[in-house]
Amino acid sequence: MRDVAVVGFAQRQMQDYDGSPTCAELLVPIFGECYEQTGWTKKDIGFWCSGSSDYLAGRSFSFVSAIDAIGVLPPVNESHVEMDAAWALYEAWLKIQTGEVDTALVFGFGKASAGVLRRTLSLQLDPYTLTPLWPDTVSIAALQARLGIDGGAWDEAAMAEVVNRSLTDAEKNEYAVRAGGSSVEELLARPMFADPLRKHDAAPVTDGAAAIVLAAGDKAREVRERPAWITGLSHVTDGLHLGTRDLTRAESASRAAAAVGGLDGVDVAELHAPFSHQELILRRDLGLAEDVRVNPSGGALAGNPMFTGGGIRIGEAARRIWDGSADKVLGHATSGPALQQNLVCVMEGTI
Amino acid sequence: MRRHPQDRTLSAPVTVSFDYTRSVGPVLGRFLTGLRDGQFVGARLSDGRVVVPPPEFDPVTHRATADFVDVAETGTVTSWTWVSEPVAGQPFDRPFAFALVTLDGTDAPLLHAVDVASPDEISTGLKVRARWATERTGAITDVVFVPDTGTAAPAAPVAGEGEVTGIVTPVSLDYTYAASPEESAFFRGLAEGRLVAQRCPQCRKVYVPPRPACPVDGVPTVEEIELSDTGTVTTFCIVNVPFLGQKITPPYVSAYILLDGADIALQHLILDIPVEEIRMGLRVKAVWKPREEWGTTIENISHFAPTGDADADYDTYKHHL
Ligand SMILES: [Zn+2]
Repeated sequence: MRDVAVVGFAQRQMQDYDGSPTCAELLVPIFGECYEQTGWTKKDIGFWCSGSSDYLAGRSFSFVSAIDAIGVLPPVNESHVEMDAAWALYEAWLKIQTGEVDTALVFGFGKASAGVLRRTLSLQLDPYTLTPLWPDTVSIAALQARLGIDGGAWDEAAMAEVVNRSLTDAEKNEYAVRAGGSSVEELLARPMFADPLRKHDAAPVTDGAAAIVLAAGDKAREVRERPAWITGLSHVTDGLHLGTRDLTRAESASRAAAAVGGLDGVDVAELHAPFSHQELILRRDLGLAEDVRVNPSGGALAGNPMFTGGGIRIGEAARRIWDGSADKVLGHATSGPALQQNLVCVMEGTI
Repeated sequence: MRRHPQDRTLSAPVTVSFDYTRSVGPVLGRFLTGLRDGQFVGARLSDGRVVVPPPEFDPVTHRATADFVDVAETGTVTSWTWVSEPVAGQPFDRPFAFALVTLDGTDAPLLHAVDVASPDEISTGLKVRARWATERTGAITDVVFVPDTGTAAPAAPVAGEGEVTGIVTPVSLDYTYAASPEESAFFRGLAEGRLVAQRCPQCRKVYVPPRPACPVDGVPTVEEIELSDTGTVTTFCIVNVPFLGQKITPPYVSAYILLDGADIALQHLILDIPVEEIRMGLRVKAVWKPREEWGTTIENISHFAPTGDADADYDTYKHHL
């Protein structure tokens, strides 16, 4: 295996992006930041891989327009996944492992506010027995939350604690679109939106884009004193049928964690939990120790741009390695309904 | 088009709709045929569990599902939520409950809607019963659940015959589609009778409409310039085929017009010339609609018409084909 590290990261998050859904004009300055961090130009990028969805943009081939932001003459080596940028990162990491390239720039973008996000996401469900009912993402998460409450796995106060800690941490995150802690009591006094979920239990609809730069070996050492070396990367998915899953567990998250040899020694974990109770599920099923610092960025409850929210978790975790505040971190990403798909990316300061 | 609150971009409503038309295969076909006939059909999996809907393949052995079981139309709510703000297409257009319902005799729940008037009328453990639609097509929408009062409303007789082999799911998505700030400048210019383009600071190419970034260099095309409304036809197509929504009677010409000073061509109509006389290199000029009809749209230009000047030399547009 080649040693590959995260060496660059830039992001934008906003509630209501005043621009086109292809986000090309949003990506230009983000790529600019990546060039600044690495000292590279686009010629130094061996592979480009993006994550986005036409369902979000409301037009076909939206990812092709976004490529304007790269500048593609001469042509570039490029790919796309209809997944969060974290999965684009997985593809880029594999590409580097093949030896074909030494560097990659991974990006994701999405303007969720252009449509009705929780409704659009019904299209990721079983098209025969679920999509015709248009079960929105918030409702599905609410069914999952109640199963855990009824089963005694968590309660509304524990969910509110997650929200309170996240929104308090988000006060220090300049990109957060929702921030400001209060108290568990105050949060529990707010009205239900999708009983047992209150609005703050769900990630805000967020527009945005982000980019992550990967580099192998000495290329990474040239960029940073302390690159965030990827020492474990895995992704696993649970089945399509919600009914045959135990929704109070994230079995695929457990399997992904096992595939990287467990998560012992992790100091900081950025968990992609778009709903408060999902952080509780992930904490348990990833097997994180009690003292692991979870989501110092505020996490997805403070801002969750579709197709970028998972990638941002990896970038936020990598920053803790770069600045020396952690030695081993976890970036986690999820996709699909009720934590169906899970990706873990373990990064360390020394290898 | 409406202005964005922050006034940077123009936007307009866009609806994308299509009917997902799918064949369903033998397993889902069996389930959907059951729904049409007012009967839930589940499957017994290799681990002994009975589940509804039947998965096409066993999650453990991955063998095609073959052991079908008729299942009761009564069951128990094992989780629920209150949909306080329903979205289009859901089973009800007023607040309702989505629930996980475990049908009697099964081991895994089904996600569906329960028709109750308030969240006070539903709880985990509530007994529910299917309420079948009078007209059923063999779709998951043929049924909803209601609290079980002990009396079954029998399923209405069904006209359909044979197996259900396919479903049609209408999908319609509403968007507020925004033009990029650069495209917005172009459309705003049109409202004033101007053709706004932008020049790339690196390769000096002029784009009309302007783009968020130069696709060659990946940098914003910041320098705004105004182009004249004359240009050269670089390529064209004679439209002979009628189609839905067509505004002009065929035959007519759709062409790429390289506006003088631009590096990429604009697509528009060429009228006021017999179609057999259209040619590459033809010099044309915009014919604008009356000013009072102008908006932030390319339709302010009705079409392009020949200027009567000599044709442009091939060398002047050969790099723009
Ligand atoms: Zn250029």
